[in-house]
Amino acid sequence: MTLYWEEEMETLPRVGLESIQLKRLQHLVARVYKTVAPYREKMDAAGVKPEDIQSLDDLAKLPFTVKEDLRENYPFGLFTVPMDQVVRVHASSGTTGKPTVVGYTKKDIELWANLMARALTLAGATARDMVHNAYGYGLFTGGLGAHYGTERLGATVIPVSGGNTKRQITIMQDFKPTVLLATPSYALNLAETMETVGVDPKSLSLRVGVFGAEPWSENMRDEVERKLNIKAVDIYGLSEVMGPGVAMQCLEGEKGMHIFEDHFLPEIIDPDTGEVLPPGDKGELVFTTLTKEAFPIIRYRTKDISRLIYDTCKCGRTLVRMEKVTGRTDDMLIIRGVNVFPSQIEHVLMGTEGVEPHYRIVVNREGNMDTMSVEVEVSDAIFSDEIKTLENLTKRIQMDIKDMLGVTCKVKLVEPKTIQRSEGKAQRVIDNRNL
Amino acid sequence: MQVEQIAVFLENKSGRLAEITARLAEENINIRALSVADTADFGILRLIVDNVEKAKSTLKSNGFTVGITDVIAVEVADKTGGLAGVLKTIEKEKLNVEYMYAFVNKTGENAVLIFRFDNIDKAIESLQRTGYTILSDEQIRAL
Repeated sequence: MTLYWEEEMETLPRVGLESIQLKRLQHLVARVYKTVAPYREKMDAAGVKPEDIQSLDDLAKLPFTVKEDLRENYPFGLFTVPMDQVVRVHASSGTTGKPTVVGYTKKDIELWANLMARALTLAGATARDMVHNAYGYGLFTGGLGAHYGTERLGATVIPVSGGNTKRQITIMQDFKPTVLLATPSYALNLAETMETVGVDPKSLSLRVGVFGAEPWSENMRDEVERKLNIKAVDIYGLSEVMGPGVAMQCLEGEKGMHIFEDHFLPEIIDPDTGEVLPPGDKGELVFTTLTKEAFPIIRYRTKDISRLIYDTCKCGRTLVRMEKVTGRTDDMLIIRGVNVFPSQIEHVLMGTEGVEPHYRIVVNREGNMDTMSVEVEVSDAIFSDEIKTLENLTKRIQMDIKDMLGVTCKVKLVEPKTIQRSEGKAQRVIDNRNL
Repeated sequence: MQVEQIAVFLENKSGRLAEITARLAEENINIRALSVADTADFGILRLIVDNVEKAKSTLKSNGFTVGITDVIAVEVADKTGGLAGVLKTIEKEKLNVEYMYAFVNKTGENAVLIFRFDNIDKAIESLQRTGYTILSDEQIRAL
């Protein structure tokens, strides 16, 4: 039996859903055009008026919004309501430039909590669960977003945030949470620390893990499930659109995350031309918020690479699914002209028996030549007293990567625990090229 | 008749060998013999020590990847042709040596050859049949 949070909206026939979406979109575009000068200017420049939105296909007439737009209007320039109606702000870390700031009205916070509660329900969580929330609390949307959603669900939230890993494990032993919320890389850090301190994951009460905020491969999912003895599901969200709870994997379906389409309108575009791609094609994911008040966004380019799946899902939800994000257009590495996503390399590594889920990709330029080396920690499982065994292993990984990506890389074995462990989002690529 | 050997993974960077020997010394572990096999990027340190379990746990708790392998120790007289004789037998018996190293024991009369074979049982049988002395784990630790 599928567990629903808002059954009617989650199972609406597409015709009904699309008519709600269109009404909401028309209302949104009119409001944004009236209240936010930068949006109005861009629409005027593109020669499009709010009245031109007559069908969902007309969405393609509207200009895109990109991260740069948020930076140019830093901090509050794209807010549509006066600040006295804004009850909270969040911001990106700003590691790649000026941080981007988003705001929420009281109603936005309620919507977010509701959608996050819906997301947790898709993972099988109910009011009877206890949720170990290891997403970072603070300006990052992960911690507080998940926190409010858990409370809204009626479950018990442990607001443990990131870091202090040994204490987190003690809390898991003592409080007996049933649901874990974390980044996948932090989940691995937890699993490894459990091993170090001698805690058997089977002795814990965790049943399901809700993982998001960074791309991760299917083989990494298997690894997390095996190491923590839980079911691992994907959650998707980004601060510019709302935060966690934009899309969520259900327990019943095999793949993909249901996009909460009654509030977020997805498109897949060709990242080079900006053209909308036909259903089922792979490309860059673009979102338009339909109901947010303080910080709505029109056609936001997420840089995440995905595909929309319109097949009916076993769970009975009619909401379209997005395929697991396996890369971002901006963490794509171009090695000697070949596009490489770190998650593809991860997939190969995690498919190699005995290889630990801790790796690092180092890219250099020697002369005019790009070189990529993949660092893998030597665990007991792959170690041998014979050089040839270890060399065969590195050769095999090298060949598998070559088969998958068409790029020759060097595989370097390093001592255990020398690759930095994640406390939140993992830093897996060191690009030393000055491009 | 096998002897337990410790193997440790070493990244090719300065100070790693010094670190290992320092940690073993702190725990009063005596190294009987060692060899390092290396490539451009990494090495494997192989050790015969007086206390295998303690050495393993010490190195593991210091973050090293450690494995234990069975090798055999052949005692030969420390004189010209000692090694050649053993190798001749090995060749005749078609035994495949993965690697080997040697040390001379304290009295200086005998040399001990440490061999890693792919088929250890066959190697022991062949060498004993040919009349070589194979040292037991206890004998090696007691040297």
